[in-house]
Amino acid sequence: MIRALAFLFCLVTMPLAAEEVVAGLSRDEVQITANFDGSDILIYGAVKRESPAASEPMEVIITVSGPEQAVNVRKKAWRFGIWVNASAVEVDEAPSFYAVASSGALRQVLTRTEDLRHSISIPRAIRSVGAPSTVANAAEFTEALIRIRTANNLYQQLDHSVKLYDQTLFSTTIDLPANLVEGPYDTRIFLVRGGIVVDDYETVINVNKVGLERWIYDLAHQQPLVYGLLSLFIAIAAGWMASAVFRYIRF
Amino acid sequence: MQIYLPIAEVSVNAFLLLGLGGIVGILSGMFGVGGGFLMTPLLFFIGIPPAVAVATEANQIVASSFSGVLAHFKRRTVDLKMGLVLLIGGLIGAAIGVQVFAILREMGQVDLLVKLCYVVFLGIIGGLMFFESLRAIRRSKRPSAVPERKKHGLVHALPFKMKFRTSGLYISVIPPIVVGLFVGVLAAIMGVGGGFIMVPAMIYVLGMPTKVVIGTSLFQIIFVTAFTTLLHATTNYTVDMALAVLLLVGGVIGAQIGTRIGVKLKAEQLRILLSIMVIAVCAKLALDLLIEPSELFSLGSGGHS
Repeated sequence: MIRALAFLFCLVTMPLAAEEVVAGLSRDEVQITANFDGSDILIYGAVKRESPAASEPMEVIITVSGPEQAVNVRKKAWRFGIWVNASAVEVDEAPSFYAVASSGALRQVLTRTEDLRHSISIPRAIRSVGAPSTVANAAEFTEALIRIRTANNLYQQLDHSVKLYDQTLFSTTIDLPANLVEGPYDTRIFLVRGGIVVDDYETVINVNKVGLERWIYDLAHQQPLVYGLLSLFIAIAAGWMASAVFRYIRF
Repeated sequence: MQIYLPIAEVSVNAFLLLGLGGIVGILSGMFGVGGGFLMTPLLFFIGIPPAVAVATEANQIVASSFSGVLAHFKRRTVDLKMGLVLLIGGLIGAAIGVQVFAILREMGQVDLLVKLCYVVFLGIIGGLMFFESLRAIRRSKRPSAVPERKKHGLVHALPFKMKFRTSGLYISVIPPIVVGLFVGVLAAIMGVGGGFIMVPAMIYVLGMPTKVVIGTSLFQIIFVTAFTTLLHATTNYTVDMALAVLLLVGGVIGAQIGTRIGVKLKAEQLRILLSIMVIAVCAKLALDLLIEPSELFSLGSGGHS
């Protein structure tokens, strides 16, 4: 009996599993140059099917996630008449940038369990393991992290921003802000039907400093003494030059 | 025009930085202060990470002080001998200060301590200077008043006396070394050149003439901040060359203009202006501590700092 039911279940789910994402990016590399002020990335694709689409509507969720970093969230409190940092929680892994775009409202498109399994929504993308026992309300700190980064456009929840055509073609634009951190940006595309993820696709957008930016950054980290001396030399030269020019024009 | 800063990893308006550099440069040239105590908080405000702001500011101060000191050299308003004596104290003090900073960092709350340092020192110095220069201006308006005689206090009773011809002083080397040391410690903790403490200390503790004080202060600030820049560059990698260049282009031009304005103003006026500025920055920092902030939370980089 159970075996028969399992077989029936498989039959029902088969056509769902046969849907596959085929996707592309307008670019898979972002170059940070001296006048970099943000970048738009177009993410597009199609759904490949062996059989006609199921009657249930299909939804698409696209996430772009920057390199993970540990973040120290501090809270101020009123002590001895002044506002001081009283407590802190270290969030172990938080992406430096995170955008989640979906074809519908994320809450309705995805079930909680699926969100938990694939870490899709913004709170799920942040991992906080050990809040010290001295801190009363640890959840408050992760909320604050999300609030501050959302205000800086670093965390974006973009409901209804994935355009879906005929249950087959989709596209969206992710707006990368100017204050980006270098590194690989994981890009994931999820096909969702009835709140369940049926297929996903992963690719990487590389964000790199190039040209002068690259050179300065490398020198600062590989030859710090030379870098420091060069900085001082530039400072002294600029100071001397300004003085010489002003003496020449006799201001 | 937006520009991306390679070390700070943020994008800011280049003209904003040039303008800030220029304004702070003018003040620097006028008053003989490095301008760090103004510029560092301003950089925080436009979104530069604090560690980068403090380190890069040290680099920029080198440029504006150098530009300023050249103008003072031409006017022979630098007491080289006094500058060197102060510098000996200053470098020792800076080395001690860096150690103190590291210990405080281990204990946490270093931000608060830095801010309290600012409020207390800016408040005391600004207040003292303000009232002293008010009195001086009032005195100069009534020429009938008898000028005060120079006091022969403790400063003149100490051994190792030395002649400082440019300042017209014959005093012991101990007070200048102690002043330099004290300022060096504070400069390292507060992340500034220390001119705003050095200038009043030279006037009121050492009794140097105001005209000489500014050039001499700039002279010793160059070396203390150059030392700090190197320390930051090699240990924390937080000196942003692109940011420094933008700030210092504005800064060196400003410093030249400031020095010329400073020469035209009377010493008392100069001091009262500096004191008002010091009090204003102090009030702003004090209010930040006293008024409930709209965002109670703040983000810092990870790791146990």
